[in-house]
Amino acid sequence: MSIMADVFTILMVIAGAVFFLAGTVGLLRFPDTLTRLHALTKADNLGLGLVVLGLLPWMDGPLGALKLLSIWLLVQFAGATTAQLIARLATRGRITS
Amino acid sequence: MTMAFDFGLGLLVLVVAGWTIAAQKAFAAVVGFVAYGILLALVWVRLSAVDVAMTEAAIGTGVTGVLLLRAAMRTPTPQVVEQSSQTVRAVAAVLCLLVTAALATVVLYATDPAPSLAPPVAQALPATGLGNPVTAVLMAFRAVDTFLEKVVLLLALIGVWSLSPDRAWGGAPTLWEPGPRDEVLVFLARVLPPVGILVGLYIFWTGADHPGGAFQGGAILAAMWMLTMMAGLADEPLAGRALLRAALIAGPTTFLTVGLAGFVTAGAFLAYPEAYSKVLIIAIEAAMIVTIALTLTLLVAGPPDRGELR
Repeated sequence: MSIMADVFTILMVIAGAVFFLAGTVGLLRFPDTLTRLHALTKADNLGLGLVVLGLLPWMDGPLGALKLLSIWLLVQFAGATTAQLIARLATRGRITS
Repeated sequence: MTMAFDFGLGLLVLVVAGWTIAAQKAFAAVVGFVAYGILLALVWVRLSAVDVAMTEAAIGTGVTGVLLLRAAMRTPTPQVVEQSSQTVRAVAAVLCLLVTAALATVVLYATDPAPSLAPPVAQALPATGLGNPVTAVLMAFRAVDTFLEKVVLLLALIGVWSLSPDRAWGGAPTLWEPGPRDEVLVFLARVLPPVGILVGLYIFWTGADHPGGAFQGGAILAAMWMLTMMAGLADEPLAGRALLRAALIAGPTTFLTVGLAGFVTAGAFLAYPEAYSKVLIIAIEAAMIVTIALTLTLLVAGPPDRGELR
């Protein structure tokens, strides 16, 4: 069981890290604000989600797991909103890329 | 493995710090400063100082970040940092290096074992009724420092308010220029505050036994208030309102009252009678979180610049 949990955690966290890496590469390489935002939000949502998923077996109980999941939801909420705000500014031409 | 992580983290802090100093635009420098603060909070976590990490993230990065961002936006464009003369910069660099060298010497050549008050604190901890030694130090063993800290916070606010023009004295500050209502921001400002207020109060409450406390919790409450004002859902408060001013001094007043009562009940200023120490500490912190949340928000909002509400 412990080995299974280890393998699960390692796989999930590595998969999450890959998303963060891809998001960072996208941030550095994509040509304009909107595509860069696209890359970043994917990293936030899926990358963090996978890391949280990988850490779930190690939480003490359902309450700890719930806290971890709410952190993921809050980050997603804040990230999505910020992305919207920046994207609006960009489409109104107030940010130049 | 953790060694490699710590080394990478330390290196990243230095690189971001250097980048922040070298940044030409004020806005970029503030963004660098915020990233630097977040990394520094991670360093504190690695040093097992979670209380400090939370304070760094909430106050040093969050509140200060917004404050600096507003300052950067208000300074006239182009926001290019004015270059001082070569001599001034050289002297500043040498002084900074000296401070770094002094700190490095203290850390590298500390006596072994390093002087520590941790054992006496751990020994006296049960008398406070608290489980978090950091809160015990802040609220009991070094309470006078914490009390004066709150007074300094109020003095800072008086300093900011004194910059307001005569016609706006006692009026409202402008945290954010009201523009067309942004529905996305309004949505965030409606959904997030219930969660944020709960988290802020939880962090204050849990501070008695776990990392947290009035300062970190107060900063989160302040953030929620700023968010509702930025979204245009709430107006900035009139600085002259009696209720606001009463709430601003609630923390220091409660602290002082309990402190003076200590002469009678426990024989010294800011001493607590042992049976009631935890109740008294939580009462002071409850009053302090109100003061802290208000003061931080009003510090960011700046001097009142209009006599009337919108």
